[in-house]
Amino acid sequence: MMLVSFLFLPVLAAILLLFIKNNKTAQWTAIFFSGLTLLVALQMLYTPMIDFNITWLPNLNTRFILHADGLSKILILLNAISFPAIFMATANNDYKNRNVFLSLLLFTQAGLMGVFLAGDALLFYFFWELALIPVYFLCSIWGGEKRVAVTFKFFIYTFLGSLLMLAGILFLNAHTGDHSFLISSFIHANLTGGQQVTAFALFFMAFAIKMPLFPLHTWQPDAYEQSPTAVTMVLSAVMVKMGLYGVIRWLMPLFPVAFMAHTHVVVILSVIGILYASFIAIRQDDIKRLIAYSSIAHIGLMNAALFTHTQIAIQGALIQLFSHGINVLGLWIVADMIEQQTGTRSMQQMGGLAKKQPTLAILLVGFALANIALPLTNSFAGEFLMFTGLFQFNPWMAACAGVSVVLAAIYTLNMVQKVAYGAISEKINTMHSPNKGAQAVLIILLIIVFVTGVYPQPLFSLTADTLQELFVK
Amino acid sequence: MNAIIVSTLLGVIMMFCSWGIKSQQVQKNIALIGLFILIIANLAQSSGWYVVDYDTKGMLTYSIFGLYANTLLFALTFIYVWINGEEIAKINNTSADFYSLFFFILCGISVLTSFDNLLMLFLGIEILSIPLYILTGADKKNMFSNEAALKYFLMGSFSTGILLLGITFIYGATGSFHLTAPVVSISTGFAQEQILLSTGLILLFAAMNFKVSAAPFHFWTPDVYDGAPTVFTSFMATIAKAAGFIAFINVFNTQYKALGYSWTLLLTFVILSTLLVGNIIAVFQRSVKRMLAYSSIAQAGFMLFALYGKSEISNESILLYAVVYSIATIGIFAVLVKMKENSFEAFNGLGKAHPLLAFATTVFLFSLAGIPLTGGFFAKYYMLSALLKAGAGLWLVLVAVVFAAISIYYYFKIIQAMYFTAGVPAINPLPNQYKYQLLTLAILLLVLGVFPNLLLNYLYF
Repeated sequence: MMLVSFLFLPVLAAILLLFIKNNKTAQWTAIFFSGLTLLVALQMLYTPMIDFNITWLPNLNTRFILHADGLSKILILLNAISFPAIFMATANNDYKNRNVFLSLLLFTQAGLMGVFLAGDALLFYFFWELALIPVYFLCSIWGGEKRVAVTFKFFIYTFLGSLLMLAGILFLNAHTGDHSFLISSFIHANLTGGQQVTAFALFFMAFAIKMPLFPLHTWQPDAYEQSPTAVTMVLSAVMVKMGLYGVIRWLMPLFPVAFMAHTHVVVILSVIGILYASFIAIRQDDIKRLIAYSSIAHIGLMNAALFTHTQIAIQGALIQLFSHGINVLGLWIVADMIEQQTGTRSMQQMGGLAKKQPTLAILLVGFALANIALPLTNSFAGEFLMFTGLFQFNPWMAACAGVSVVLAAIYTLNMVQKVAYGAISEKINTMHSPNKGAQAVLIILLIIVFVTGVYPQPLFSLTADTLQELFVK
Repeated sequence: MNAIIVSTLLGVIMMFCSWGIKSQQVQKNIALIGLFILIIANLAQSSGWYVVDYDTKGMLTYSIFGLYANTLLFALTFIYVWINGEEIAKINNTSADFYSLFFFILCGISVLTSFDNLLMLFLGIEILSIPLYILTGADKKNMFSNEAALKYFLMGSFSTGILLLGITFIYGATGSFHLTAPVVSISTGFAQEQILLSTGLILLFAAMNFKVSAAPFHFWTPDVYDGAPTVFTSFMATIAKAAGFIAFINVFNTQYKALGYSWTLLLTFVILSTLLVGNIIAVFQRSVKRMLAYSSIAQAGFMLFALYGKSEISNESILLYAVVYSIATIGIFAVLVKMKENSFEAFNGLGKAHPLLAFATTVFLFSLAGIPLTGGFFAKYYMLSALLKAGAGLWLVLVAVVFAAISIYYYFKIIQAMYFTAGVPAINPLPNQYKYQLLTLAILLLVLGVFPNLLLNYLYF
């Protein structure tokens, strides 16, 4: 029953919110319910999970199955942390019809929870789409100037991807022994090598667009830039993880032959993407675009690590799923606080934050260090493992991808330098003391960054069962 | 049997209603009661109760599928009249006449769901079509309506001619009008007879394609749908079309074997061209009504999948698709009817002015586009699944899926206008009740989007 509450709580809150017109009450309702979800998620870490399993559509042989293993748990935890953090951090932002805005965000949360929990392919597809639809409205209504066109591109891109996945699901369903949609029967589907490759390609298109993998990334920077920041946080902290989750949960166990046949192609594409995104990030002046490109680079590294199919790299990627979410969330919140108060995203016009707002500057530096995976920060363990695995896979790939660490240092430190140091610029000078809630959130996130950086063992033991299932058969 | 007799009687009763009863509201209510009686009569037949027990000498057979299709189409007509009654009354102030035409169409539909003989097929199609020609021209003072009616009538008669020619050839080859006969004779027949039979079947196929507006026989559709009064377009594009499909399946599910491999080839060609024409041309339309006409062609392409071959779910899939598509289309046309103009701009700002109405419209469009949580998703899902189970290649599924993604483009243009473009919607004043009616339809679609088996379980009683 606990697993159902991950769907039930956000949906209940979302429906309630539609009727709460008062902004303050709406905000607190959203925070209360997402906080409750977080409590349940924390509770989940200490209790064994029982699958939730009921019949859904007997004609189609599909069941409503929720199942949580380590991989699901770590992403649910990230999802559960992100939403209250986002609600707290953006409490002072001005969104018209705030209740609808919050309600759509909570629907997104429910969709994401469903994606991470579904143990049945059709159910997975259902949630996969449902997570997307509220985002379409969120970005198109509350986004920036070019929002409608940009969001539409994003929507059609991902929708096409998921339709291809649907074709893949149908194809697999036709080849299973019992014509069901369970993961277990999909794994035992009777496929020839060629058929496996076809189905692999169909699934992977959906995941690659979502991540996004070079060369399918073109929707992303525009979408991140044009979305309202609260939505950008959801997109980059949690939603891109859907693609990586899909690779681990579906691609690896379902199509082992096709997966192994394509490791090189995908790793090379990922590495190209990492370098490409890093170089573009160096040239950015817009702080939102910089974080967006940096995020593409990090996701690319995780994807490359998954496709090395070495135990050590996948272990790294599993905990990096969580760490990257926390870091990028912190960066977005800082960027948003600056933008809300100064009205600019151009780093040219920033400078002197350290003198004007020392606390905020310290927080920014903290997340920046985590972004370049310095030892003692949470990304270090993950990235170190991923690079080790990549090296085992192919030293040249590891070397090329390794360049991205240097590049990450260049653009991130450059950002810190422009924003935090130098003379106090006109825009920064207009900043007044930042909102306490957001600052508290940042401090908590930073604590998570350093605690999991010094002592990542809990994250390792949380994901141990997934790893075991993938490698010990 | 019950449905054929009762619908004819009701049609005649409705015809005389306009004499004594002047109130349009009362006429509408009588029609609704009539539809209710019709549904009951049809259900009674499923449990073995006949109004008249008459031996049709095998010209009509009653299957669970046919009877259930009747029930569903009657129920859809009920919904259609319930929502559009006021709008029908506005056209000529004689809605009883139109209602009686609807009952005659339903009589044609009842024949089409149960025929086992090509003559009955011909009769059914004619009973269905002639009232449709009249409905198209119902707006007597409007030139476009007249033009559309004439065009529809001429093209329709022409296709009926082809249908008859096809039936004649089949008769020539097999010596029988019975549906099951050709398959038997093909194994023993001579080469010449086989040629006659194939020619006949292909002609029959072409004529049926015309009736369901599949490309390359679709050219009448946009003009007729555009010219006809919008309420009647709604009826034509949904219930009448669904009946056409059920007849199509009845003929070709048993007959396609006679065409052998060329049947697959022929059907694939028609499906691909229908999807292509419908989806691509719809993208470029400026008028919502014409866009919906092309979208109905595109949706017909999807429904043709049910013909691809007999699998255990092809019957389920066509029923689900027909119902879901009809509900969504009736809904979207019901919104369009209230618009002052048919352009996309008319919808600007509707989300703010009428949130409930905009929500319902969004659900209708989502359903047409096949997005999960609306019935349209499972409708498309069942179709694709039936296609794979009938042995089609994966590539056909992929093509269909790509076209489904393209359809997002034109359906979402309305959503973008409603929610993301500021403006004052060009909409006539709406009674609250109307909004709730549309909302009911939307909720129906959402329920079918989670539990499609609510609709399909009855097939197995």
